[in-house]
Amino acid sequence: MHQFLQQIFSGLAAGAVYASLALALVMIYRATDLVNFAQGEMAMFSTYIAWTLVNAGLPFWAAFVITLAVSFVGGMLIERIVIRPVESTSILTAVVVTIGLLLIFNATAGWIYSYTLQEFPSPFPDRTLFGALMTTRDVGVIAVTLVMLAALFCFFRFTATGLAMRAAAQNPESARLSGIRVGRMLALGWGFAAAIGAVAGIMVAPVLFLDPNMMGGVLLYAFTGALLGGITSPVGAVIGGLIVGVTENLVGTYLIASQLKLTVALILIILVLVLKPNGLFGTAVVRRV
Amino acid sequence: MAETLPVDGTAKLALDRESAMVFAAWRWAGTAALIAVAVVLPFTLSNYHVFELTQVMIYAIAVLGLNILTGYNGQISLGHGGFFAAGAYTAAILMYRYGVPYWATLLPAALVCFALGVLFGLPALRFEGPYLALVTLAMAVAMPQLLKYFDNWTGGKQGLVLTKPMPPLELGIDRDRWLYLLVLLVLLIAIRVAANLLNGRTGRAFVAIRDHPIAAAAMGINTARYKTLAFGVSTLFTGVAGALAAIVIGFVAPESFTLFLSLSFLIGSAVGGIATIGGAIVGGFFIEFVPNFANDISDAAPWAIYGLTLLLFMYVMPRGVVGTLGPWLARSMQRFGSARRAAK
Amino acid sequence: MAAILELRAVKAFYGQSEVLHGIDLVVEEGGMTVLLGANGAGKTTTLRAICGMVRSEGEILFRGHRLERCTTEQIAGFGVAHVPEGRGTFIGLTVEENLRIGGYTAGRPNEKMQLMYGYFPILAQRRRQQAGALSGGEQQMLAIARALMMSPRLLVLDEPSFGLAPRVVEAIFGIVERIKREQRVSVLLVEQNASLALEMADRAYLLETGYVVTSGSAKALADDPQIRRSYLGY
Repeated sequence: MHQFLQQIFSGLAAGAVYASLALALVMIYRATDLVNFAQGEMAMFSTYIAWTLVNAGLPFWAAFVITLAVSFVGGMLIERIVIRPVESTSILTAVVVTIGLLLIFNATAGWIYSYTLQEFPSPFPDRTLFGALMTTRDVGVIAVTLVMLAALFCFFRFTATGLAMRAAAQNPESARLSGIRVGRMLALGWGFAAAIGAVAGIMVAPVLFLDPNMMGGVLLYAFTGALLGGITSPVGAVIGGLIVGVTENLVGTYLIASQLKLTVALILIILVLVLKPNGLFGTAVVRRV
Repeated sequence: MAETLPVDGTAKLALDRESAMVFAAWRWAGTAALIAVAVVLPFTLSNYHVFELTQVMIYAIAVLGLNILTGYNGQISLGHGGFFAAGAYTAAILMYRYGVPYWATLLPAALVCFALGVLFGLPALRFEGPYLALVTLAMAVAMPQLLKYFDNWTGGKQGLVLTKPMPPLELGIDRDRWLYLLVLLVLLIAIRVAANLLNGRTGRAFVAIRDHPIAAAAMGINTARYKTLAFGVSTLFTGVAGALAAIVIGFVAPESFTLFLSLSFLIGSAVGGIATIGGAIVGGFFIEFVPNFANDISDAAPWAIYGLTLLLFMYVMPRGVVGTLGPWLARSMQRFGSARRAAK
Repeated sequence: MAAILELRAVKAFYGQSEVLHGIDLVVEEGGMTVLLGANGAGKTTTLRAICGMVRSEGEILFRGHRLERCTTEQIAGFGVAHVPEGRGTFIGLTVEENLRIGGYTAGRPNEKMQLMYGYFPILAQRRRQQAGALSGGEQQMLAIARALMMSPRLLVLDEPSFGLAPRVVEAIFGIVERIKREQRVSVLLVEQNASLALEMADRAYLLETGYVVTSGSAKALADDPQIRRSYLGY
């Protein structure tokens, strides 16, 4: 029983990371109708930026904040410069562009920082709580994620810009007619997604060790979590990410060891999707004929 | 966002009879010339180049499969690397364990992969868009792991080393060129089959389902049957390509069939033109040669160059090379035909 | 009377097809102009051309601005509020959020929302409900209110009576008439319900397959027996 609770808790901590990246994916999907396959590599690149700042002597949380700001601006620039030209062509073209971005970020990180695994500092002390039920690191990751989610919720619910972004995502034409610069809202969406991805990367790097391929598996789980929750639902993304994290941990501990863990977890989740093809909280696309 | 997928690159031209015959004659001559060049080419190039071109054609067949499913039928697949692997391992296991001659493995590989595709296509009916992408992605990710796991069949992580085929002695050509010609033959058959399928009733049903599934169903098209058929046909093509790869390379291992292979096929489709047949060949060239080209430019970060090249193609020709040039060529021919008529 | 909106030789295109073939149109300051015509005549296309939603040629003048080169957002910023066909409500947002969106660029949202609740009391009652849950008539009111939150000088309405019961239509048109007077907003109206529209409007234009076939004062068109027979049914 004790081990079971332990695995649940550490699964939630991993799930918090998946949930964050899943939220970034959903945010971009709602705004631009496309899955950003480069989200993981963008997050990885942000994490390297944080690592560089910390190595240069900056205190952890200062590096954290600066990295988030840089990532936000970077995300906006990527939307404006790389994605905007293909946004109005087919979805496939845009998706292939994100795959190209994925390759570029990965190769550039490898070129600048090499492929050696690096240690990444954790701001949380390494202790266990409640009789080894959970670690402070896991609690810290979950706490940071919760704070981030709360901040995002307040932004989107209570600010004018947040409302404008929601409107632009829901109905771009009506938003334009109301004077909202939809292009700018899309760029902001990408900025937020990039910043959220940076948080995910920074939280997971101490565990996975920093290298250019760090986020590949995380992206896969995040994508799964986002779809499980419903690709159009931010709440779904978070819950989906958490479920995937716990499932991955439990499958790895009780069912099957590392090699097939990913496959089994994926199959389980796909079985859920067979029952609910639009995810747990997703809305079916109503097709007007 | 605008349309979901680009419109088919082929255009039906409105030409008077004489112009149509002229263009048809040119088309026949051009195709015959291309085939003649393709047959003669390997005898003018080095072994390594012949091998590379053989790879191009193998990839072309695989990408053609993907084009049928994603381009003409609108079902996205991120998992075709997995079906490629299925074909490769079917051929490999038949050759390795049962001593089946290489040329006889193509049909079983085709059938196995067709069956796999139909089995996959049935549950896939429930999924669309990103959900379908995930389900197919799972296939791509699971395949190498499953191959490693069932190692008494597949040789596990080390894979299987296969004896390379001997060319028929009567022809007096070496192995590389023999295999090139074999793959060329399969490619030409694949193109013919695909063209017949896609230009006929089935192809029209595929496209109708892609563009207006509700209207298609309302017109009496059995969408479930055609979607599943599209899956099966698609994986058949890609599976045969995989079998050819096993034969030509003489080696299969799980590491050759990663997610990146699936993404490469998708890239090849998009670069060539997803809803075209000729685009598959362009895609094959892209997948085979651009990584080498990128390596020549920068051995520090070749994949960054690959990525940049990919972006460049997508910006300049969002519908792919054949997807963009095809309609342009069709419009030119249309104008030329009208001008001819007007001049009379 | 001065014209607040003027179209000169405006053509519009969907892809390669030309659908409007040189439209001339005037909306007087403080007045109401109505566009009539059968389905497919080009009425909605004209409105979309004004708001930069469709490729167009020709001149579109609005209070000294040339609209034909501007983006939809810019045109909204100049003071053109367009209530599109189908209302364009943000069905996933609440009534109040819909109104706030309208007021996003223009400022003073709370003050103006009170004004809107004054014109449309039913919206005040439903302010926290999802807009998608409202009835057709309420959604239409919400759409008009949202447009008015922009403090526009020109209100463009595309078939506000669509799908609504006659009583509701009369109520809405009554409010529009009131707003036009009290807020000094000019109105460009597209309507299939010709008789009601001609009663309210000052000027009228009759469109047919992309051409203006008749124009003049609304009263003149309403009295014209040919128009009456073809489009008013009596």
